[in-house]
Amino acid sequence: MSIAEAPLETVGKVKRPPRLFARMMRQRQAQLGLALTVLVLAVALLGPLLLPWITGFTSTEFTGRPFKPVGMFGTDNLGRDVLSRFLDGGLRLIVYAALATLLGMAAGVAVGMTAAYSAGRLDGLIMRGNDVLLALPQLVFALLAITVLGPKGWVLVVVIGITHAPRIARVTRSATASVITEDYIRASEMYAVPKWKILVTEVLPNITGPLMVELGLRMTYSIGFVASLSFLGLGMQPPTADWGLMINENRIALVVQPWGVILPVLAIAVLTVGTNLLTDSLARASANLNAGNQP
Amino acid sequence: MIAKMIFRRLLVSVVILFAASMLVFVATLLLPGDPAQAILGQQATPARLDALREQMSLNDPVWQRYLNWIGGLFVGDLGYSAATGGPVSELLGERIQASLVLMGLASLVSIPVGIIVGTFSALRRGRPLDHVATGFSLVLAALPEFVVGIALITLLSTSVLKIFPSVTMAPPGEAVWAYPIQLVLPTLTLALVVTPYIVRMMRATMLEVLDSGFVEMARLKGVPERDVILKHAVPHALAPVAQVIAIQLAWMAGGVVVIEFLFRYPGIGSALVDAVTNRDVQVVQALSILIAAAYIVVNLLADLVGILTNPKLRTEAVR
Repeated sequence: MSIAEAPLETVGKVKRPPRLFARMMRQRQAQLGLALTVLVLAVALLGPLLLPWITGFTSTEFTGRPFKPVGMFGTDNLGRDVLSRFLDGGLRLIVYAALATLLGMAAGVAVGMTAAYSAGRLDGLIMRGNDVLLALPQLVFALLAITVLGPKGWVLVVVIGITHAPRIARVTRSATASVITEDYIRASEMYAVPKWKILVTEVLPNITGPLMVELGLRMTYSIGFVASLSFLGLGMQPPTADWGLMINENRIALVVQPWGVILPVLAIAVLTVGTNLLTDSLARASANLNAGNQP
Repeated sequence: MIAKMIFRRLLVSVVILFAASMLVFVATLLLPGDPAQAILGQQATPARLDALREQMSLNDPVWQRYLNWIGGLFVGDLGYSAATGGPVSELLGERIQASLVLMGLASLVSIPVGIIVGTFSALRRGRPLDHVATGFSLVLAALPEFVVGIALITLLSTSVLKIFPSVTMAPPGEAVWAYPIQLVLPTLTLALVVTPYIVRMMRATMLEVLDSGFVEMARLKGVPERDVILKHAVPHALAPVAQVIAIQLAWMAGGVVVIEFLFRYPGIGSALVDAVTNRDVQVVQALSILIAAAYIVVNLLADLVGILTNPKLRTEAVR
């Protein structure tokens, strides 16, 4: 991902990103968001490592009869330990969501910057192609792909990434368009710097604000999508331990044994709220710094 | 001038719909396996397979099948379901109605609530009510649909209060709206998912309008505060909000999928999930293009509203 390294390459502009994050973290909302996000990330990352020790079971081991209040949070629909499955079920969701977001960002930023900088016919062609992809709601597009290719991990990542890309491209294009008229771009052009180099070293560092906001927004949505697809039974497949899938498996017994549903629902809720709080603070912090407007 | 722009916008929509239909059709061509075999099963005799292939015109070249499919869409012939063997249109007719009812009810709730809450939030800027409203909409906007739905189920149906049923169970052949109490939770969930966006947009535009010169002017002239807000500020704020509302309505066409599945609501969303699970290609195809068409039409309407109401957009709308 070139966004992370771009500011380091351009010595003259190192100051800007830290200022943005400092402004962001000064808001109480951002601190709360960071705390919530880190909390869930810690559960998801450390959970699988702690597993056999803390609960005494692995996430796919049968411990007793279904939906019984044995152990800390009882058993699930097949008699597996709910806490074990909960601890093991977050990492894959977060990794898939992150990969899908990064894929979407890479594709969307590349397409959007190319469109804005090339202008004219290519720009029109790219943006019309974008409109076609935007005509299918993201979930419907994902379902169509899953019908054809089956519910596999890479299908989820690729299809969510692809459906993010046109939306990110739009934002990137408008942010780029407001930067490329600046004098320093003209100067680089006069020195005959190659186009791709101007985009990477001059344009990209100057649109990090809107792009970071977009990154946060897309990450929130990706988590929701991966979880939703698993919840529909079309994402992660059993016997994998996964938060979305757990909700699907255990919701029939919501009255008798609510923990199998409530734990994963809470985790997903806290995580998405956390990332959204961070994104919102970032948007506020970058609103005064960058020209590109956020929807 | 405006007529020409509207015409161009219409043309763009038609082209996009056409391209989307190609996308949907080509995607399902990639699927391995023989649809005729899928319908008749492994025991089918070659003669019957041939007959069904002929009937489904699977022997025709691809472009002809595409044209047949597109032509069929216009007259309501959506092909045959591999899971039931019956025509797709029969399967979907009632479900489309049911989904429209759900979306209609949800927008009846969310649009006025969104506008009113957004307006109050802007008027009480920085006070507790504003903080509560913005906080709530920030949290709700982040949550996936099924999280909101399950939260409502635990609160109002199973664990805390036991008021509303958590699943929709209309006997086959009867309409869903014959049991209004079953509609409450799905409607509420859909409304809660959509409302925060309307609230945020309404609040933002109202703040802008309240700071503008003509509102100050009206106040200085001594127009009563109620008239300033209802007659001057709100109407100005509504135009951009109308677009957000339209986008949310379009979003509902895809967003109902998860909510219908959660509540076992017999609409197109749960039909789509079933079809994907059974790999029932004809149904997935028909539903995808149907939802895409709804999405495109609503977006078109939103843009038309934008063009017609905002004088500034009249020169900028065509890129």
